[in-house]
Amino acid sequence: MLLEIRNLQIGATVHPPGEPSRDIVIVDGVSLTLEKGRVLGLIGESGAGKSTIGLSPMAYGRGGVRITGGEILLNGRDIRKAGPAGLRDLRGREVTYVAQSAAAAFNPAKKLMEQVIETTLLHGLASRSEAEARAIKLFGKLGLPNPETIGNRFPHQVSGGQLQRVMTAMALCPQPELVIFDEPTTALDVTTQIEVLAAIKEAIRDTGVAALYITHDLAVVAQVSDEIMVLRSGKMVEYGPVQQIIEAPREEYTRALVSVRSIEHEEKTPVGEPVLAVKGITARYRGTHFDVLKRVTVDLRPGQTLAVVGESGSGKSTLARVITGLLPPRAGTIRFAGRTLSADLAGRSKDDLRELQMIYQMADVAMNPRHTVGTIIGRPLEFYFGLTGEAKRKRVQELLDEIEMGAGFIDRYPAELSGGQKQRVCIARALAAKPKLIICDEVTSALDPLVADGILKLLLSLQKREGVAYLFITHDLATVKAIADSIAVMYRGEVVRYGTKSDVLAPPFDDYTDLLLSSVPEMKIGWLEEVIAHRKMESAGN
Amino acid sequence: MHPVLKLITQRIALGILLLLAASVLIFVGTQILPGDVAQAILGQSATPLAVANLRKAMGLNDPAYVRYFHWLFAAMHGDLGHSLTNGADVATDMTGRMLNTLFLAGTAAVIAVPTAILLGLIAVRYQGRWPDKVITGVTLATVSVPEFLLGYILMFFFAVKFRVAPSVAMINESMSLGAKLHAIMLPVAVMVLVVLGHMMRMTRAAILNVMQSAYIETAELKGVRPFLVIFRHAFPNAISPVVNVVMINLAYLVVGVVVVEVVFVYPGMGQYLVDHVAKRDVPVVQACGLVFAAVYILLNMLADVISILANPRLRHPK
Repeated sequence: MLLEIRNLQIGATVHPPGEPSRDIVIVDGVSLTLEKGRVLGLIGESGAGKSTIGLSPMAYGRGGVRITGGEILLNGRDIRKAGPAGLRDLRGREVTYVAQSAAAAFNPAKKLMEQVIETTLLHGLASRSEAEARAIKLFGKLGLPNPETIGNRFPHQVSGGQLQRVMTAMALCPQPELVIFDEPTTALDVTTQIEVLAAIKEAIRDTGVAALYITHDLAVVAQVSDEIMVLRSGKMVEYGPVQQIIEAPREEYTRALVSVRSIEHEEKTPVGEPVLAVKGITARYRGTHFDVLKRVTVDLRPGQTLAVVGESGSGKSTLARVITGLLPPRAGTIRFAGRTLSADLAGRSKDDLRELQMIYQMADVAMNPRHTVGTIIGRPLEFYFGLTGEAKRKRVQELLDEIEMGAGFIDRYPAELSGGQKQRVCIARALAAKPKLIICDEVTSALDPLVADGILKLLLSLQKREGVAYLFITHDLATVKAIADSIAVMYRGEVVRYGTKSDVLAPPFDDYTDLLLSSVPEMKIGWLEEVIAHRKMESAGN
Repeated sequence: MHPVLKLITQRIALGILLLLAASVLIFVGTQILPGDVAQAILGQSATPLAVANLRKAMGLNDPAYVRYFHWLFAAMHGDLGHSLTNGADVATDMTGRMLNTLFLAGTAAVIAVPTAILLGLIAVRYQGRWPDKVITGVTLATVSVPEFLLGYILMFFFAVKFRVAPSVAMINESMSLGAKLHAIMLPVAVMVLVVLGHMMRMTRAAILNVMQSAYIETAELKGVRPFLVIFRHAFPNAISPVVNVVMINLAYLVVGVVVVEVVFVYPGMGQYLVDHVAKRDVPVVQACGLVFAAVYILLNMLADVISILANPRLRHPK
């Protein structure tokens, strides 16, 4: 047995402002076993304690997190008794780690090769030339371009997908017995994710290393794991072979995870005058020499949803900036509610501003942390409608009811809300202005699947009631399927496919849409191999 | 052109512009001082006619901007004018003084900079524990004591009580390097103590800032020793703020320690400046001002250039 964890307890001391410090339990009584060469997937929503458990075979706690009970047996010895020097010896030699964001996990001041072979040299596992030869071989195996020379580059000189593969090479270079993958593909575009996923899977198989694979995406973990453990609030919910978890989940919570994205949405036919007509928009950022948007033309009907899909760098967020007036375009016009909008923000009337609202990806940075929910939602009421005092408070309460949050939240601060609640408050703030159009920029990307589902349902029901139109920017095709009436697929600044949802999602596909659609992980064992075998086109991320 | 080269050229051009601006300020500053230079030279008993003649001979009746450009043009050719009090050539006089000051400041810098950085690294390694508290506390204390007082305290103990160092730091060209270093022991010690705290605290703060990064966790999970994590992974990413504060302190060592030179009667720029300010020797004061401004601007420019070169994103664009 390589790894055996018995009754693991992990806790931390928190210091809430204005309250006495107290101890909290993060992981409670989790046990697991892992044999050589096997892959165990740890799955759960944020706060489930999966990363904390994942780091326990290295006896590492982030911040004030510490292991308070249980046994962690690595190759038969309890590493809780190893002491600092013993832990340093095991870290990087027996157990290595692949972080979620390779872009942040690499030292920006050092060349990649230096960092990849550091562990191998540090633990005296090979000479420098041997270590470099090993690294180059791994670069090749992981499908990196120019394996001989990529090590001479700095982290900022390679793409995110490549960096994640270099990080995998870094973890495999010292030939460890166990690798911990902590959401290694979460930060990547969907088309890049699948390539990295395939590379990781192949590397695990070829080297015979054991792995703990942490993710919130059940479809992803189904592709690489032998077994899956489902976690919730630091406790084990279900633990079993992949097939059983996916095809015959025993627990209610696991069933919810498997069947997430079950929203039924009847597509509306595009009728009536468009509320938003974007025509021939070409735009570039100041000081740059290429167009981020090229002749983009899309329409959106009142009370409907247009989903703009694409990978990072495709120009979808830039389109939002142009429509809101933050980035005046070089060419093209925007008609909104029957009038032509001024290209820049300064030329727009108060009604233009009011009728066009925005919701952002990061709800917590989109709110002033020192304002209460009541102040945040009340601000547009005061600004646009001059409501004050009791009238304002009454309207805020109505809006809170609309977002299913109840009046009890009116005096709370953003820090006291969960991620989903914060996003709901942002929706209420946008709604307070009585807009005709809300631009939603990746509003569910930072949320856990079940919470995201709730937000999407809320948006749909609000649309039905208020008749508001959404321009929904996302990279997630499952979200698009759930909410859109029409879809614009963007690729390198151009709209490559545009039409009603049923048209866009029906074959025959252009190459890019095909790549995008086929890259969405499916909850099916063996899906990854099938897709890789049928690829027509390389991802844009590389 | 390589973007780094472009940035550096910009910095140098900006430095020259700044120096010109400083020269204007210095010139204007000395012009609006009360009193008349010709009168000052000739003394209270001079006849009005003699004063008028001298004014004419010195070009003092020309408009200010004409005099400024005369002065600037001469200064650019190495002619800083003649001292009003003894008629000596300012440039010649100042060269020796400047070399002495650079020797003193350089010695102090060679000791202070590595010590400050090392102490900063140690403070980070033992953050919140006693080595950190001792280092932070002691350096704060030495920064807070005025340098003249620090000078007299050291003098009292090391020159008077234990008799291990001279109380007056007199040096001349005939002395050997060893003898010179022995002579300047105490002023160097004072200067090191004065600049150490600032540099050490900035090093500590800059590294602690970097210690929050994800790549520090990566290094820890590789099993790298704590001190090596700080030195190898954190420090290279904290160079820019550290270099900036080091350069400001080096500039301070050259131009700001007038008091230390005076306390130890050291034949450097500080002493020279103080002597001639007292005598209203305008050409000397202007020349000193110009040199000090040049040192400040040069060192800060150097800090900018090093910061640019230390940034891999600028050095190796995509």
